[in-house]
Amino acid sequence: MRPFYACGTAEHTLARRQFLGSMAAAGLGTMIGGLKTFANPAAAQEMARQQKRIVVFNMHGGLSQLESWDPKPGTATGGPCRSIPTSVPGIHISELLPKVAQQMHHLTLVRGVNTAEDDHGKGAYMMLTGRRQTPAADYPRIGAVAAKALAPADDALPGHISITPGGGGGSGNDSAYLEPKYASVMLGNGNPPMHTVRPESVAEPADAARNEFRRRVNERFLTRRRTAMTDAYASSYEQALQLMERREVFDVTKEPAKDVERYGKYDFGRHCLLARRLLEKGVTFVQVSHSNYDTHNENFDFHLEQLAEFDLGFSNFVADIADRGMLDSTLIVVLSEFGRTPNINLYYGRDHWSKAWSVVMAGCRTPRGFAFGATNADGTEVVDGQVDHGNLFHTYLESVGVDSTGSFSIDGRDLPIADPAVGAVKQLLV
Amino acid sequence: MSYDRSTQNTNLAKELMTAALDIKQAHILSEWVHDRPLISCRFEPQGRYVFAGAEDNTVQRWALADGVKTSLVGHDSWVKAIAFSKDGETTITGGSEGRLVWWPTAAEKPAEIRRIDAHQGWIRSLSVSPDGALLASVGNDLSVRLWNVADGSLAREWPAHDRYIYCVQFHPSGEFLITGDLVGVVKQWNVATGELVRTFDAKPLHTYEGGQQVDFGGVRTIAISPDGKYLTAGGLHKATNPLGAVHEPLQLLWEWDNQTLVRSHIAEGITGGVLWRSLYLSDQTLMGACGGSTGGFLLFWKPDDDKAFHRFAYPVLVRDMDLHPDGIRVATAHYDRNVRIVSLSAKA
Repeated sequence: MRPFYACGTAEHTLARRQFLGSMAAAGLGTMIGGLKTFANPAAAQEMARQQKRIVVFNMHGGLSQLESWDPKPGTATGGPCRSIPTSVPGIHISELLPKVAQQMHHLTLVRGVNTAEDDHGKGAYMMLTGRRQTPAADYPRIGAVAAKALAPADDALPGHISITPGGGGGSGNDSAYLEPKYASVMLGNGNPPMHTVRPESVAEPADAARNEFRRRVNERFLTRRRTAMTDAYASSYEQALQLMERREVFDVTKEPAKDVERYGKYDFGRHCLLARRLLEKGVTFVQVSHSNYDTHNENFDFHLEQLAEFDLGFSNFVADIADRGMLDSTLIVVLSEFGRTPNINLYYGRDHWSKAWSVVMAGCRTPRGFAFGATNADGTEVVDGQVDHGNLFHTYLESVGVDSTGSFSIDGRDLPIADPAVGAVKQLLV
Repeated sequence: MSYDRSTQNTNLAKELMTAALDIKQAHILSEWVHDRPLISCRFEPQGRYVFAGAEDNTVQRWALADGVKTSLVGHDSWVKAIAFSKDGETTITGGSEGRLVWWPTAAEKPAEIRRIDAHQGWIRSLSVSPDGALLASVGNDLSVRLWNVADGSLAREWPAHDRYIYCVQFHPSGEFLITGDLVGVVKQWNVATGELVRTFDAKPLHTYEGGQQVDFGGVRTIAISPDGKYLTAGGLHKATNPLGAVHEPLQLLWEWDNQTLVRSHIAEGITGGVLWRSLYLSDQTLMGACGGSTGGFLLFWKPDDDKAFHRFAYPVLVRDMDLHPDGIRVATAHYDRNVRIVSLSAKA
């Protein structure tokens, strides 16, 4: 869907209904991206000071809940891994996460997730958009929504960044009907955005002159033929220039060597450290993907390997965010596209299982040191506190102060930010 | 205590004590079933019992004479490693919680003799020295530990590998210990000093799959030929989809003296195949137990050919294997909860 503006100008990407939650109750601020009316300067200043951020750890392939957040040791489905106590009395998690266990007092376990979708692509879509995928419509990912709702409008940095395990880079096609500027900027293997260094063959004065000429031509063109698409082109050039000027933001080697050591000399550790750096520099949304948990074969060995990396990087990340006073303004989510079967297959593997699995949250309005929902003794079904992707999507947004029952006004139509058929989980909001 | 009389055949088993090795006439003698899938198995040295670790954290003991089953309960996790004192009277089990437990092998109701918290993390493999004095254990804490079998005291320990150690095997001389890890590093150690003697390169058994970002494979089994001429390390290769079990079995064969790689034993077409254990038969044939998506197999190689000269097929995937002291009977542990006893000889 192309983001044509309702009135044909660049001025309005406004929701008809109220957009922000608790902060919006006092009015919206000029610093908040895409929400320039209903301004209340005091609230805006407070929100700018307390700018909310979201970081999503995407456990690509489908993390086993039984080897992480909801172990069932000693049962037919438990496998060889035991559970261990955490920093919160009464809450146990898998022995594969000993360092994360010591950060449990910051976390909330959501153990009753039932998304009823065992396909990788569809499950990932649901968890990142809060909607079931249909041919009729595409919906923006949580990162695009967060960037639009939370990022300062004049921010020089992209509001939606995705750190991917492999190489490559570029921009994701994940903002749907929101403007392209809210699409993810991908940092392949944690490297800075591509093409953000001026070629040596172009001298700085020549580059400046070229950009000035481009701006003038653009301005002339826009006086008569301004559309969302032309704005997107112009915006992308300006964003690229700003990125080039602030390229050091993405340079994780600027972080202290002791922190690099502490987070672990794995790619994932470096990516966690980069996420911390980006959030501290003011980026609104960061997604860190960790690959790969699609363990149909030798589930326990692969989880042993992968979660050792995760345990080190993630536990240090959570501890640092808390120590730096950022936990009240940073929502941390650990999700997958689904969980894994309680049944252990003939290859020591676990297959796809979406009926009873777990998500982890921390920060903002999320309770601290809490386990919500439960599965039965062998982990095959949810017996208490069942939630789905739609509930969680609402909850994430409410946790950072966005009214998830609000709408985007796109091309004359009101499009609910989150699935209006469901709502947030009140027990996960304090 | 229970057993499956329908599959036992004690008369046949007795006849096998005098049977001649005839691999191509191999056939199943017995199938004994447990409540949960099995993951490991070993015959005790006197040949009276077969022990098997199960997914319910127990070890099951079956008497070969009558199929009577007895449970050994003392671990909090899966038991992948089982070993015995030289006389067979003591059984030692290694659990994935890192615990070693000593048991009386033949007791009617086996009770723990001793338990030791031996490793941080899983114990993956055990081996007893040829003189029966020492037990070697390895696991996820990257260390080798040597224990006095008689009293369970720690004799020696040393950090051995940079990645998880998958298997350990004493050299028949008793002078050396061989260990293998996840990334295909095989090390020969001096038992007396704990010093590294030399390293064998088994990297063909390891795969790093960039798309899935996983290390996979490793040295799953080590064997030394009875004449001391060859060292083998087995596992898998062609791991194009490690997470989806797309790979095939591979066995590397070196000359012991000069470390020359003389064979890469393969078994084409066994998708999902991994060699869980390999052993030498009395005629120098190398026998490997292999699981695969089309079932389980015993594979048989000679040192002059990369390809297996014979396959024995099981109805279901194999997870572990051991050779009876008679050199004829083979035990295999299976996902379908059965331990199977196969005779490598013609039917009586």
